Amino acid sequence: MSLSIKMNTVVKIKTPLSDKEIENLKAGDEVLITGVLYTARDAAHRRIIDLLEKGEKLPFDLKGQVIYYVGPTPAKETEVIGSAGPTTSYRMDNYTPVLLSSGLKGMIGKGPRSKNVIEAIKKYKAVYFAALGGAGALISQYIKKSEIIAYEDLGPEAIRKLKVEDFPVIVINDICGNDFYVEGPKKYFRGV
Amino acid sequence: MCPVMREIDIKQIVETVSKLCIDASFNLPEDVLRALNEAVSREESPLGVKVLKQLIENTELAAKKKMPICQDTGYTVVFLELGQDVRVTGGDLYDAINEGVKQGSKEAYLRYSIVSDPLKRENTGDNTPAVIHTDIVPGDRLKIIVAPKGAGSENMSGVCMLKPGDGIEGIKDFVLERVRKAGANPCPPVIVGIGIGGTFEKATLLSKKALLRSIGEYNNEKTYGDLEKELLTEINNLGIGPEGLGGRITALAVHIEEWPCHIASLPVAVNFQCYASRHKEVIL
Repeated sequence: MSLSIKMNTVVKIKTPLSDKEIENLKAGDEVLITGVLYTARDAAHRRIIDLLEKGEKLPFDLKGQVIYYVGPTPAKETEVIGSAGPTTSYRMDNYTPVLLSSGLKGMIGKGPRSKNVIEAIKKYKAVYFAALGGAGALISQYIKKSEIIAYEDLGPEAIRKLKVEDFPVIVINDICGNDFYVEGPKKYFRGV
Repeated sequence: MCPVMREIDIKQIVETVSKLCIDASFNLPEDVLRALNEAVSREESPLGVKVLKQLIENTELAAKKKMPICQDTGYTVVFLELGQDVRVTGGDLYDAINEGVKQGSKEAYLRYSIVSDPLKRENTGDNTPAVIHTDIVPGDRLKIIVAPKGAGSENMSGVCMLKPGDGIEGIKDFVLERVRKAGANPCPPVIVGIGIGGTFEKATLLSKKALLRSIGEYNNEKTYGDLEKELLTEINNLGIGPEGLGGRITALAVHIEEWPCHIASLPVAVNFQCYASRHKEVIL
């Protein structure tokens, strides 16, 4: 399969993310991620927050990690994973600042984040990426391994550990407080 | 003389619904693919062009590998046009539709996205129940439309009970405000379904039915056809662009359906459809 993003404009990074790598990322950058991503959506976030409040051990160490907001379709026997595009991120906004304060460094989803999340991204030196919404079949091709590590009872919302290679995303919110969902459209606005 | 009733066995309905669920999840309708390809040539943003090409690549891959276009394989919305001279035999019509949804979801490895109760939130584990809308029509045929609806776009939808005096300007303001607020969330380029008139619930149903119309077809009533074109231009002037990253193509189409309404009312509903506008139909 052809890589859809031209290599000359792309930053390559590896997870877990270091502060130095994050500092170099600017809103609008196209990025290819290699390494481990953890999946979590609404229900898994609620459970993680409960554990943090009780001071109990989490299903995975948040430090430097990236969470991908995704609930994939079931994998066929011959596939690693089913379709696996991002879900809308604002539903996780209330949970995100606590996770960032606990060491989480990156999130992948789609759609704008709340003011509180954008502030927390600045404060804790993190990054929010968008993956292509509705491109679940294409995105699945960049996922090389997938295993459920917690909350299997949640079905599509279980926490999965994904191994990805050159997973294509775009930086939306960087450590300077920029928001590409605001900056990107400005140039093409023709209204009054 | 006794009226002649045409019999349709539920087995045929189960099988048909199952096939439609699978076909809708893997294969985008021709009109949508055409609109996406045409959007590539009109998009001014280089990133927007790249994004549109990737969305097209995604649909091609899904069709080729027989996998869902999007992981949100949706809430199965079924529209029935049931001829009044049809008699369904062998069981319950709605049970048959749900059985079709269940079988299709399993066979095609669709995601189970339905919880049995909005507050207890336990997954039903088979994508049932479907939301079924039935119209009784003349004739002896049964038309079944299966339109799986993703939550990303559905969650951005809304309804407003305008004052009759708000008129076209009020409608435009409401629609544009919804599109602006939705931004990247409903996976643009979107199709915007608008229901105008009727009652509160009628307007929302019209807005959903509007999404089923083929792209490129306009409302027959000139006032509404013109409003569709005007709104499309103004929505695209917002600059939201493919995936909300900036660009000239925010919507592929605006479809309006209207209905008579009360002297004191002007209901307007907006239902968003992501670029993956999945709907397939069969007439039995």
